[in-house]
Amino acid sequence: MTDEKLPRRRFLVGAGLAGTAVAAGLSSAAPAAAQSAAPERSSPTPGAPVSYLTLSATEAAFFSAVADTMIPADELSPSGTDCGVVVFCDRQLAGAWGGGAKMYRNGPFRKAKPEYGYQLPLTPREFFAAGINATNAWTRASSGKDFDRLSAKERGEALKALESGKADLGDFNGKEFFEALLNLVMEGFFSDPIYGGNNDKVSWKMVGFPGLPALYRNLVEEYRGKRYAVEPQSIADFS
Amino acid sequence: MATRLKEVDAVMVGMGWTGSIMARELTKAGLVVAGLERGPDVKPSEQFALPAVRDELRFSRRLDLIQDPQMETLTFRHRPSESALPMRRMGSFLPGDGVGGAANHWGGHTWRYLPTDHRVRTHLTDRYGSSAIPEDMTIQDWAMTYDELEPYYDKFEKLCGVAGKAGNLRGQKIDGGNVFEGPRSNEYPTPPLHQNLSGVLFDKAVRELGYHPFPRPASNCSRPYVNIEGLSLGACQYCGFCDKNGCEANAKAGPHICILPKLRADPKFSLRTNAWVSRLTYDKQAKRVTGVVFTDTRNGEEYEQPAGIVVLSAYVFGNISLLLHSRIGEQYDPVTQKGTVGKNYCYQLSRMGVNMFFDDKYFNPFMGAPGTQMVIDDFNADNFDHAGLGFVGGAIIACGHGDGRPIGYRPTPPGTPRWGSAWKKAVVENYQRALNISLSGSNYANRYHYLDLDPTYRDQLGRPLLRLTYNFTENDYKLSEYCMQKAVEIGRAMKPKVMGDPRLRRGDYDIVPYQSTHNTGGTVMGTDPKTSVVNRYLQSWDASNLFIMGASTFPQQVAYNPTGPVGALAYWSSEAIINKYLKNPGPLVHS
Repeated sequence: MTDEKLPRRRFLVGAGLAGTAVAAGLSSAAPAAAQSAAPERSSPTPGAPVSYLTLSATEAAFFSAVADTMIPADELSPSGTDCGVVVFCDRQLAGAWGGGAKMYRNGPFRKAKPEYGYQLPLTPREFFAAGINATNAWTRASSGKDFDRLSAKERGEALKALESGKADLGDFNGKEFFEALLNLVMEGFFSDPIYGGNNDKVSWKMVGFPGLPALYRNLVEEYRGKRYAVEPQSIADFS
Repeated sequence: MATRLKEVDAVMVGMGWTGSIMARELTKAGLVVAGLERGPDVKPSEQFALPAVRDELRFSRRLDLIQDPQMETLTFRHRPSESALPMRRMGSFLPGDGVGGAANHWGGHTWRYLPTDHRVRTHLTDRYGSSAIPEDMTIQDWAMTYDELEPYYDKFEKLCGVAGKAGNLRGQKIDGGNVFEGPRSNEYPTPPLHQNLSGVLFDKAVRELGYHPFPRPASNCSRPYVNIEGLSLGACQYCGFCDKNGCEANAKAGPHICILPKLRADPKFSLRTNAWVSRLTYDKQAKRVTGVVFTDTRNGEEYEQPAGIVVLSAYVFGNISLLLHSRIGEQYDPVTQKGTVGKNYCYQLSRMGVNMFFDDKYFNPFMGAPGTQMVIDDFNADNFDHAGLGFVGGAIIACGHGDGRPIGYRPTPPGTPRWGSAWKKAVVENYQRALNISLSGSNYANRYHYLDLDPTYRDQLGRPLLRLTYNFTENDYKLSEYCMQKAVEIGRAMKPKVMGDPRLRRGDYDIVPYQSTHNTGGTVMGTDPKTSVVNRYLQSWDASNLFIMGASTFPQQVAYNPTGPVGALAYWSSEAIINKYLKNPGPLVHS
């Protein structure tokens, strides 16, 4: 989905536009559903510009590039962006979790071994902002471009460098940032579509997760050893 | 100045399992009881209803039912020489929040501890000699035997409608149940849940290897059940969303369905939520507590609740910190080994296991419950000969499906990348075809594992946070290696296409990923006030009208989930209060 030749603003408009077409063209795992299902109410309207609650244009482009690198469009699913992952990230970071809910935030703060867990004063919203800045500064230093303007191959290499701790982000912990990114992107891909990602339950169709209502009492013996395959249903389908 | 409320006969600090059981038994005996709960009230019919209850992000990732660490958390370090840092997000363990406590989001595994678990130091010394127990391993016998506690285990099972299969009925060993368990007076209240293909394959493999599989006992009622309170429980739906979530089917036992409807209707009981107890009022001279002080989090005001009996029924950490904040008892010191409060903190060896990948099987991993597992106890506790092995204790080895929620459950074979097209392909290929053998190992007490108050970090009330000093030991690593070999041997017998890499217990304890909410110790039971905080009736040695519930009283932790004995001990202690203490208030055991 991300194309280095497109200017960033046009690209952001296109993120919503191309979604359904790519899904219909590429998804063989869930073909019928992607084409015929009514759009989730959480999906952006195809063709309309995507409006974000908290992400800046630079941040949205970054998340989109990461989502499409981690979840590339292929025969199994549309790209991460087309699955709604960027919308998901935006809503999560704009909400209570992004604001530091259910986190102990009192100081003092000290650098610590990974086994002690997250030890920074930043909320997730602030942490992702800092991580995007640091990553873009790093790719600009090495290739003159922000992360989202790199080619698909270069983006893959950059993420691998972050993942393995080999990327030099100066004073910022790139590996910790990568783990947070991977978690958030996967949550967006696999959570209930009510949160703005996993459009049309695309990942649930992909793996064969039935979603709701999950009342299997009378099925557990019948399907022992047999694949239970149904059209997945989400929270919105029962609301 | 705190507003002084009208005195009650007894006050509960925390309204989870133990506060609910104790309040029910004491009101039945005629006492006026106040139940204080720091969190909100919980209404299962609204909050655990379909469709919202089937939300992996909300409950498993954002931890909707879990204690807020900003309110109160603990600090952590691996060893006494280090400075501790706060656990800023809940991770390794997940205490509950609100009425019902952790029973709102538990999985329901309900065990009885083995007869040898109740007298582990004596048993190991008798069998292997005292040199088999390392000098720093501060394990202690429980203060009552299995046989003494059996009727109370039985009662708690009948409260919950536990699904399972007896392996030892009044001394008669029964194939298909756990033949290592202590004698039971009764069969489980409801039959075991149906197993998935995973349980069936495991059962066959371990039988061929000569082991003794049985269905995991769980408070997921396998059919509708009326409990000893006359309250109705529903049948488990095998929804695959059980742990960390509430239950819409009323099949997972908890105070809300098993006790609270009776308690709420009793005029002798009053429930007060948003009541955060900051300390107990203590008359050290008289060795009595006079009540509790709490902050109402809805108005910020402080209140004093005088009470004839105080019951600490919070989570493990809450019980310990309240003793320390109230200066009841002596803080344990790992150097001198004097003092008792905070001593013998133990955890569990969890997250161990091995994945297997098949190309010809469909497991439907989303279909199941915590009780859809087969288990062997052959390598647990002292059920096998430890001579020459260099460790004591053991692990249960289990196999089943029932938590295939896709944010958390995406097994892939070794060497698979974690993102990208190759990752996606592996997830799709293996979602239906992967199987996990899991281990849960015992964790025996160590002299240097303890809790005290942190010198730096504070909670929302301005009190010092509890500080945890804890790490794994040589015994843990050896136990993990040995039991993992057995698990891998079983895995191979199940003939997968690919075996995953064993997830062993190596290196330092990591407080980030979820392991188990099976923290124990810190206010341990015993027969000697020099080495324990409470006596055999869970009565404080330092205040005769103070009773301390829950797993904080366990001297060490076994491989099982702790809720079975937590419930049994609450019944046992309540009976001692009613039949002994009320007739003659004062110490029930003389040291």
